[in-house]
Amino acid sequence: MIEIRDLKKVFHVGDVDVHALRGVNLSVARGEFVAVIGPSGSGKSTLFHILGGLTPPSSGSVFIDGRDLLAMSDGERTNLRRTSVGFVFQKYNLLPTLTARDNIEIARHIAGRKTAEEDPQFQEILRLLGISGRLNHKPRALSGGEQQRVAIARAIVNHPALLLADEPTGNLDTENSDAVLGVLRGLNERLGQTILMITHNPEAATFANRTVRMRDGHIVD
Amino acid sequence: MIYRLVFENLKHRPVRTVLSAIVIGIQVTMILTLVGLSHGMLQDVADRSRGSGGDIFVRPPDSNLLGNSGTMAEGVVRVVRSVPHVALATGTLVQPLTAFEFITGINLDEFNAISGGFEYLEGGPFKNPDDVLIDDVEARSKHLHAGDTLDIGRKWHVAGVVASGKLSRIFADLKTLQEIYPPAGRISTIYLKADNPANIDAISDALKQKLDTYKVYKMEDLASLYSVNNTPLLPQFTAVVIGIGVVVGSLMVFLSMYTAVLERTREIGILKALGASPGYILGILLRETTLLGIAGTIAGILMTYGTRWLMSRFAPTMTVNIVFEWWPWAGLIGLAGSLIGAAYPGMKAARQDAIEALAYD
Ligand SMILES: Nc1ncnc2c1ncn2[C@@H]1O[C@H](COP(=O)(O)OP(=O)(O)O)[C@@H](O)[C@H]1O
Ligand SMILES: [Mg+2]
Repeated sequence: MIEIRDLKKVFHVGDVDVHALRGVNLSVARGEFVAVIGPSGSGKSTLFHILGGLTPPSSGSVFIDGRDLLAMSDGERTNLRRTSVGFVFQKYNLLPTLTARDNIEIARHIAGRKTAEEDPQFQEILRLLGISGRLNHKPRALSGGEQQRVAIARAIVNHPALLLADEPTGNLDTENSDAVLGVLRGLNERLGQTILMITHNPEAATFANRTVRMRDGHIVD
Repeated sequence: MIYRLVFENLKHRPVRTVLSAIVIGIQVTMILTLVGLSHGMLQDVADRSRGSGGDIFVRPPDSNLLGNSGTMAEGVVRVVRSVPHVALATGTLVQPLTAFEFITGINLDEFNAISGGFEYLEGGPFKNPDDVLIDDVEARSKHLHAGDTLDIGRKWHVAGVVASGKLSRIFADLKTLQEIYPPAGRISTIYLKADNPANIDAISDALKQKLDTYKVYKMEDLASLYSVNNTPLLPQFTAVVIGIGVVVGSLMVFLSMYTAVLERTREIGILKALGASPGYILGILLRETTLLGIAGTIAGILMTYGTRWLMSRFAPTMTVNIVFEWWPWAGLIGLAGSLIGAAYPGMKAARQDAIEALAYD
């Protein structure tokens, strides 16, 4: 489902070129749950930003569901984010002025779809995430673990082909980390959701089917 | 859904929201008060002209309708009287004192015959050369009563206070005024009454023939003649006030939206990561601005009632009308100013890079 060949990404910072990705090769099948580990600065987030259509690749080839990311315009990348990938960040990144429910619904609205209330499968997901009773609260009234689960709900409310989670447990204690990781594995096992997850924590990586390691802009194994 | 976000955004910074709405409101009030004042003053002048009781009035060749310029020889009154069907005619002299004040010289008997006579609230008609009559509005605004002294360039004795609505607010005897303000024997307007209203058009035509360079106005045309667009400089002045209003309103909205965009960098990044297009982000800010504009317009309309009350209380000779036709215009102008102000912050937000925004703390 994901085919990455010799992917390079160069940032131009003033006169300096920063080679964040130096030729990444990776294949991920539909329904896989892959953990990406590696030291800070090795290019993990950059890889995710490219897969998520937040930034264009410099060279190589990247296909998600047969769609060529190298050829995409800004508008097409926006469309990719809207329909095909969901993001979960370390910092939850919920909209502070909206309730948990509206944080989820706004993703539906952006995608131009009917409300999630009318989506029976999504109600099932909410039960799986264990946040059904917390939906009318604003983020500041929720615990970190609850906020992250709302963020996961938001990321998958449009049934994306790919869920990208960048250190989703980085701000959580062990108990909440396990809850969130359990939720991710549940989504993967019960719904067949394809997931890529960056983590620093080797224990977190054990929740995945497979682990890949990055170093200096390469995938090393 | 998107309105919930817009609404929450506005609620999140109540002081900023209220201040922006008030500034837009001040812009709207400025426009509505000026327009209301123009209409009110013009209508007031028109009503009082009509109150003279004349059917037609004649002004000298070098005059314009609004403004007290130009005089003509007293003898023209005789010419007017000689026109068939003219029942009564009288000359008046308008002597400007300040920008907004003038004293009108009348021949009291002739004027009474045409106007139907003054209603005396205090005192009575002129007796001595330095006597004046003032109307109740003038009396109220200057706190004067019959017997008091009115000091306008020279000291006049207030012989009586009359009900307002008859041509002027301050009246003196025509002969006296002509002596004080030479050249002698000049008048500025002749009012005449037809023997029968059916003959007004015929008289007007005859006068135009006989006094060909003179200006002949029918009282029934007055409402349309006394319009803002006929008033020298008023349309330009209104345009300037509208311009200043738009500039001030849009600067306020610019500042307000600019800070909102800076403060919401992260939220905008989140929306972009969720797949919001630049148009979607712009749409949120423009909706927010539109709501501010609408709230501001409502505030502005309410404030106009406030300024009207203040004027009636502290400047009773200035009439502010509530001009409903201008409400939508003032609203549109307020909204346009707001949207101009929101354009740049909106673009900035729409173009913001999602990754940078998310990295931002
Ligand atoms: N927007 C950017 N501009 C310039 N350099 C960047 C940018 N984003 C990432 N980098 C650089 O690219 C490299 C990889 O960063 P990143 O993908 O964030 O690594 P990781 O997530 O593995 O810690 C780092 O050297 C980082 O400084
Ligand atoms: Mg990172």
